[in-house]
Amino acid sequence: MATPTLDKADAAGTPEPGFADSPYITATFRIRRFNSEVSAEATWEDFQLEIDPKERVLDALHKIKWDQDGTLTFRRSCAHGICGSDAMRINGRNRLACKTLIKDINPEKPITVEPIKGLTVLKDLVVDMEPFFQAFRDVMPFLITKDTNEPTRERLQTAEDRERFDDTTKCILCAACTSSCPVFWNDGQYFGPAAIVNAHRFIFDSRDEAAEQRLEILNDRDGVWRCRTTFNCTDACPRGIEVTKAIAEVKKALITRRF
Amino acid sequence: MKIHKYDTVIVGAGGAGMRAAIESTKRSRTAVLTKLYPTRSHTGAAQGGMAAALANVEEDNWEWHTFDTVKGGDYLVDQDAAEILAKEAIDSVLDLEKMGLPFNRTPDGTIDQRRFGGHSRNHGEAPVRRSCYAADRTGHMILQTLYQNCVKEGVEFFNEFYVLDQLITEVDGVKRSAGVVAYELATGEIHVFQAKAVIYASGGCGKFFKVTSNAHTLTGDGQAAVYRRGLPLEDMEFFQFHPTGIWRMGILLTEGARGEGGILRNKDGERFMEKYAPVMKDLASRDVVSRSIYTEIREGRGCGPEGDHVYLDLTHLPPEQLDAKLPDITEFARTYLGIEPYTDPIPIQPTAHYAMGGIPTNVEGEVLADNTTVVPGLYAAGEVACVSVHGANRLGTNSLLDINVFGRRAGIAAAEYSQGADFVELPENPAELVVSQVEQLRSSTGTERVAVLRRELQETMDANVMVFRTEQTIKTAVEKLAELRERYKNVSIQDKGKRFNTDLLEAIELGNLLDLAEVMAVSALARKESRGGHYREDYPNRDDVNFMRHTMAYREVGDDGTESIRLDYKPVVQTRYQPMERKY
Repeated sequence: MATPTLDKADAAGTPEPGFADSPYITATFRIRRFNSEVSAEATWEDFQLEIDPKERVLDALHKIKWDQDGTLTFRRSCAHGICGSDAMRINGRNRLACKTLIKDINPEKPITVEPIKGLTVLKDLVVDMEPFFQAFRDVMPFLITKDTNEPTRERLQTAEDRERFDDTTKCILCAACTSSCPVFWNDGQYFGPAAIVNAHRFIFDSRDEAAEQRLEILNDRDGVWRCRTTFNCTDACPRGIEVTKAIAEVKKALITRRF
Repeated sequence: MKIHKYDTVIVGAGGAGMRAAIESTKRSRTAVLTKLYPTRSHTGAAQGGMAAALANVEEDNWEWHTFDTVKGGDYLVDQDAAEILAKEAIDSVLDLEKMGLPFNRTPDGTIDQRRFGGHSRNHGEAPVRRSCYAADRTGHMILQTLYQNCVKEGVEFFNEFYVLDQLITEVDGVKRSAGVVAYELATGEIHVFQAKAVIYASGGCGKFFKVTSNAHTLTGDGQAAVYRRGLPLEDMEFFQFHPTGIWRMGILLTEGARGEGGILRNKDGERFMEKYAPVMKDLASRDVVSRSIYTEIREGRGCGPEGDHVYLDLTHLPPEQLDAKLPDITEFARTYLGIEPYTDPIPIQPTAHYAMGGIPTNVEGEVLADNTTVVPGLYAAGEVACVSVHGANRLGTNSLLDINVFGRRAGIAAAEYSQGADFVELPENPAELVVSQVEQLRSSTGTERVAVLRRELQETMDANVMVFRTEQTIKTAVEKLAELRERYKNVSIQDKGKRFNTDLLEAIELGNLLDLAEVMAVSALARKESRGGHYREDYPNRDDVNFMRHTMAYREVGDDGTESIRLDYKPVVQTRYQPMERKY
C-alpha cells in the first residue's frame, strides 16, 4: 500500500469532498501590470478564479500564473512569511501575499494587488530592491566589537540584555515597512524604517561597541529625524515588529546618548 | 553573453554559501551567485536549533553527539565525517555568537540549549539538551547573521542569477571544473563565470513532493547541473519526512515544539509515541516518528473527518513558554489554521523536508567524480552535498550545523585551491547548452504546460515514494516519471520576454526536478532494504550484508542519445561504531 495521499485540495482547482465548511468562491483579482517590453504604461488587469477563501493571496497569484497567464510576474519563495520575497500592496495595504488569507481581505469585492511603492517597478509586482538594501548596508548592520583578545568561549549576555533588542532581530528585510512610509515615497534618500530597525538591533545589543557611529549615521538629514510617526510601518510589518517604537528609541538614544 | 573571471565562484547564498563566502572572500576574489536575494534563502525557515555539545546546561561531549549522528543515520553515515561535524560543532556555534548571533541565554548568560530528536546522553540513555537556539527562528538568525557578516566582509553578490550549467574541461584525462553558466533574471542575459574553484551551495530539491516544508525555489538546480555533466549523485533515495508539517500545507512546525514538551496524540488522545519509542518517545528520530504517525493513520486512529492527520498538542505548556520559545510556529497555527495553540491541538502530518543525498564530497568539500577521484576545483556544501554526515536519516539541528561546518571547510579549501591553481580553459562555446535550452523553451509551441506536469510529478512522488515504499509503488513512479520526462520535451511557456521571465525559469526548474525525481526513484527501487528515511514495506528490515553502502547514480547517454541511470555503490566509512539495531 502506498503512502496515503492527503492533500488533494488544490490539485485540479476542484473543491474537495467532505469539506463543506470550505466552499470555493469566485474572486476577482485586480492586478497592476507593467512590462516595459510590451508597453511603457502600467495597466490594471482583472482575473477571476475559483478559490478556497482559506488559501493565501500567493496561492491565488500562482493559480493565475499557472492556469491563466504565465506572464504574470512576482517574487516568492518560502510561502509562509519567513523569506520576505512577496511584500506587495494588497487592497491598498502592504502585506506579504503568503501571509494574507483571502477570507481576511473581503473577497466579495475585487482584490487589488500592486507592487510596493517608492521603489522602481521592474515588471508587474517586481520592484528594484537595490536602494532598499543599500540603506540597510549603510547603517553598518553587523556586530562591531573592539576586543583585542577574542574570548575563547561565547560572550556572556543576560536574558534581559538579550530581550532589549529581541523585537528588531525579527526583521526579514521584506521592505513592507519602508515602502509604506510617506516620507520614503516623497524622498527616496530617507534611510527608511527597515534600515533604522536594523541599526536598532545593534545599537541596543550589549555586545556591540559601535552604537555612537550608527547613531551619527542616523543623525544625518536623511536619518531618523525625517520620521513623522505615522505608524504605517508598524501596521505594515508582517513580523509584528513595533517599528515606530524602535525608531523612537533610536531618536531618544540620539538625544540622551544612552542605549 | 558576458564573461567574468573570479578565483572562486559560490553558487547559492543560504547558510552554506554565505559561510563559505565569508572564508573565501578573505582569501580569494570571490563571486556569490544566487537565484534569489541572500536573505530569501531557505536556511531562514529552519527553526529549532543547531546542535553542539557545549555542555552549557548539562553534561555532554562531542563523542556522544557523533554516536547519535551515526545511529540517527541508521549507520549509513561516514563516521570520519560525523566526528568532524560533532567536534567542529562547538567552535561553529561560538563563531556564530562572535559574529553577533543572538542566541537565547541561560541565567548565567551563556548560550541556552534544549532537547531535540535523537540527541541523547551517553549513547541513548535519555534525551540531552544539545540544541543551541534563538527561539524558533534559529535559521532566520543564522541567515541574517551570515548576511550581516558578508556585508561586513564586502562579499560580492550577483543576485537573481540562476546557475544553469557546470563547465567541465578535461585536462590530461582529468575532468576539471572550469566555471559555470548563469542566466540573469532581470535581463535574460547569459553570463559565463570562469573560475578556478566553484562551490555548490544551492540547497535541496524537495519541490518534487507536494506536501513539503520546502520553498517553491528548492528545485535541485545544483544537483541537476553537475549530474547532467556526468558526475554522480549519492544516496538520493534517502529523503527526510519531517513528522510535524501543518496538515495539508506542509509548513514546518519545529521539533523544538516536542523538545519543549509538546506531545503527539491520535484521535483517542493517546500519546502514541510511547508504543514505538519507549525511551525517547516523541523525540525519537524523524523517520521513526513519521512512520509511527502514518501507522496510526493507516490503522484508523487518525484525526479529523478523513482520519488523515494527528495532533501536536502544546496545550499543557504555559502560554509564556510558548510565547518565549515557540513564537513563530504558534503564529503559523493561528495564521494558517485559525487555531489557538494555547487551548487547541494543532493538526499535523509528515512533510517532505530534507534530502540526505546529493553531490558526493569528501570532508574538505571536494566533489567526487567516482568513489575516490576528486574533480579538481569543484566543491559542494550543505543540503546540495552528501558528505555523508546524515546517512539514511538526518538528526534535527544537524543541518544548521552541517552548513556551518562544511560551508566553512569548503570556503577555505576552495579559496586555498584557487590561490594555487591556474584558470582552466573554458570549453568551446561555453554557453551553448544554456543558450539552446533557453531558446528552445522560448520558441516552443508545444502543448504541455509546466504547472500540469509539476502537479502530476508532485502527486506521483507523494503517492509512491514517500514514507512507505514498495517495489510496486516505486515502479509506478518510475513509469510515470518516464512519461512526464517525455511530455516535458513538448512543454511551452507563455512569457517569451527577456525581462524577469519567471515563466521560463519555472520550466527549467521543472526539468531539474524531473531529472532528480527519476534518480531518486531508481535508486530507491534498487535498495531492497529499509534504512532510515527509506522504508520498503516489502523489505522491512535493514540489510547490512547487501546494503551497507552508498548509492552512486550516474547519468549515461547511449550512442543513439538515449539517457539512462547507472547505479554503482561506495563503501561506508566506519571507525568507532559497529552497526547495531536502532531503538529509541
